[in-house]
Amino acid sequence: MYPLIFRITSRYLLPIFLLFSLIVLYQGHNAPGGGFIGGLLAATAFIMSALAYGGKTARKKLKFNPATLVMLGLLTAVFSGILSLLKGDPFLTGLWIHIHLPLIGELHLGTPLLFDLGIFLTVIGITLWISFGLLEENE
Amino acid sequence: MMPELIFPLLIPLLTGILLFMSRKYLRVQTSLSLAGSLIFLASSLILLFTVLEKDIITLQLGNWPAPFGITLVCDLLSAIMLVLSAIITLVIVIYSLLTVDDSRKKYGYFSLIFMLMFGISGSFLTGDLFNLYVWFEVMLMASFVLMVLGGERAQLEGAVKYVSLNLIGSFIFLSGVGILYGKMGTLNMADLAAKLSLEPGSALVSSSAMLFLVAFSIKAAAFPFYFWLPASYHTPPAAVSALFAGLLTKVGVYALIRIFTLIFIQDIASTHQIILVIAGLTMIFGVLGAASQFEVRRILSFHIISQIGYMLMGLGLFTSLALAGSIFYIMHHIIVKTNLFLTAGVIQLFHGSSDLKKTGGLFRKSPLLAFTFLIPALSLAGIPPLSGFWAKFTLIKAGLDLNSMWIVVTALLVSLVTLYSMTKIWSEAFWKPHSGNSGITSEVSTPRWKLNIAGFGPMIFLLTITLIIGLFSEPFFQLAFRTAEQLLHPEYYIDAVLRK
Repeated sequence: MYPLIFRITSRYLLPIFLLFSLIVLYQGHNAPGGGFIGGLLAATAFIMSALAYGGKTARKKLKFNPATLVMLGLLTAVFSGILSLLKGDPFLTGLWIHIHLPLIGELHLGTPLLFDLGIFLTVIGITLWISFGLLEENE
Repeated sequence: MMPELIFPLLIPLLTGILLFMSRKYLRVQTSLSLAGSLIFLASSLILLFTVLEKDIITLQLGNWPAPFGITLVCDLLSAIMLVLSAIITLVIVIYSLLTVDDSRKKYGYFSLIFMLMFGISGSFLTGDLFNLYVWFEVMLMASFVLMVLGGERAQLEGAVKYVSLNLIGSFIFLSGVGILYGKMGTLNMADLAAKLSLEPGSALVSSSAMLFLVAFSIKAAAFPFYFWLPASYHTPPAAVSALFAGLLTKVGVYALIRIFTLIFIQDIASTHQIILVIAGLTMIFGVLGAASQFEVRRILSFHIISQIGYMLMGLGLFTSLALAGSIFYIMHHIIVKTNLFLTAGVIQLFHGSSDLKKTGGLFRKSPLLAFTFLIPALSLAGIPPLSGFWAKFTLIKAGLDLNSMWIVVTALLVSLVTLYSMTKIWSEAFWKPHSGNSGITSEVSTPRWKLNIAGFGPMIFLLTITLIIGLFSEPFFQLAFRTAEQLLHPEYYIDAVLRK
C-alpha cells in the first residue's frame, strides 16, 4: 500500500527534520527562524511519516494528542509572559540568562525563547490536528 | 505603567485554555467557567475604579516604548465596555447550564466563550490599529466556531452569511490600516492622532477614514451593511445568540467611537455628517425590518440594528451631551438586549419554537417570565422611568440643541415603532390564549430548580441592573459625561500613551 522506499527514507528523515527544527527554533530570536517555522518543519516530519505509514502510526510516533500540544504550547507562551509579571515588569518583558558552557560556547536563554517554544508546540499541534484529520478521512 | 491592565486579557485566555483541556469533564467545566467569569468581572471592576481614580492608564507590553511596542490603553470608555462584557459573560455562563446541550459543551463550548471574551477585551484595551485588527480576528474566529457548533442546518446557513460578510469587513479594515500606515508611518492610535493633528486633511487620510467607517459599520451592523445580522443571530443556541446580540456588534460601535473621536477628527463637518445619516437610516431600516417579522429572536435581531442607529446618532452629533447619550445608550442596550434574548430562549424552551404564531398563553403559564420580558421591552422602547427613556431623552435633547430636527423626528418615530414590535411580542406570546391544536405545548422537560436558577436567575439579575440604571440614573450619567469629556479631549489620551 505504501511504497517501500518512501517508508524507509521517512524513517531516517524524521529525526533529522526534528533536530533541524530545534536548531531553527533556537536561532530564531535574532536570526531567521523561530517557533513558527520550526513548528512547521517538525510538523512536516510527522506528516511525511503519516503519508508513509498512515495516520494511526504517525499518531503513535507523535505520542501526544495534537490538541494537547496546542494547549501546552499556549500555556507555555502565556507562562513566559507571566514570568516577567512576577518580577514586576510589564507582561512579556524579555528576561535573559547567559550561560557559558565549555565546548558549545555562550548560550543565551530567555523568556522570548520560551515564548517561541510555546509557538513551536502550538504550530505543530494545530498543523497535525488538521492534517491528521484530513488524512484519516481518506483511510 | 500599570501591570494589572493585563489581567482582563490573561484571565479569559487562561480560563479558555484550562476549559479546553478539561472539556470532557462537565462538572469541572461548570465550576471553572463560573470561577473564571467571576474573576474576570472582579478584574474589570478593579480596572474601572482605577481608571476613575487615575484617568487614563497605559501598559507597554514587553517594556518597549509607545510608538514602537504593543500598547494597551484603558480609558473610561474601555473600562465601561469591559465591565459590561464581564457582566454578560457571567450571565451567559450561568444561562448556558440550562440551554446548551452536553455534546456542545464537550466540543469546548465554554472554552470558546472565553476565547471570544479574550478577543473582545483585547479590542477594548488595545491602543494600536493593527492590534485592533488582530483582536477582531481572535473574536471573529471564536464567534465563527460558536456559530456553527452543533452543526444544525439552519446554523450552517446563517454562518455562511455571517462568516463571508465579516471576512469582507476584515479585508476592508486591513486595507484601511495599510493605506493609513503608508501615509503616516505609524499605527499607534495616540501617535496617529498626534501626527494627524499637525498635518490636517489629506485625501489619503479621508479615504482610509471611509474604509474604516465601512469596515466597522459591517461589524456593527449599520445601514447598509446590516443584513447578515438578522440572517444569522437567531440560529445558534439561545445563550450564544444572547451573547452575540449583547456584545459583538457593540465592539464595532466601540471601534467607531474610538477612531472617530481620537483619530479622524479633522473633517467633522463631512465625516460625522455621514455617520449621522447612516445612524438615521440604520434606525429606520432596522425597526421596519422588525415590524415585518414574526419570530421573537428575529424581531429582536432587527431591533439591535435600529438601536445601533441611536448609538451612532450620538457619535454623529458629536457634542459632549450627545456622546454621553451614546455611552449611556450602550450601557442600557447591552443589559436590556441580552435580557430580551434570554427571555426569547425561555419562550423557545416552553413552546419548542419562538415563532409568534405558535406561541401564546405564557402570561398565565409563567407570570415571572412575563415580568422579565415586560420591563426590558418597555425599557427598549423608551418608556419612562426605565433606562431606555433616559438614553433616548439625552440623545434627543442633544439633537434639539444642535437643531438637527430630522434626526430627532426619526429617533422619536422609530421609538414608537419599537413600542409596536414589543407590544406585538407581548400580545402574541403572553396574552393571546394558546391555540391548542399546534400541539407543541409540551411540558418543560428540564427540572424546575434548573430553570429557576439558570434561566430566571440571570434574567432577574439583568432586570435589576436595568431598574438601577433607570431609577438611579444620576451616577451612570455622570460616568457617561466624564467618559464623553475624555473622548472629546484626545490630548489626554495622546499624553497618557506617549509620555514615558
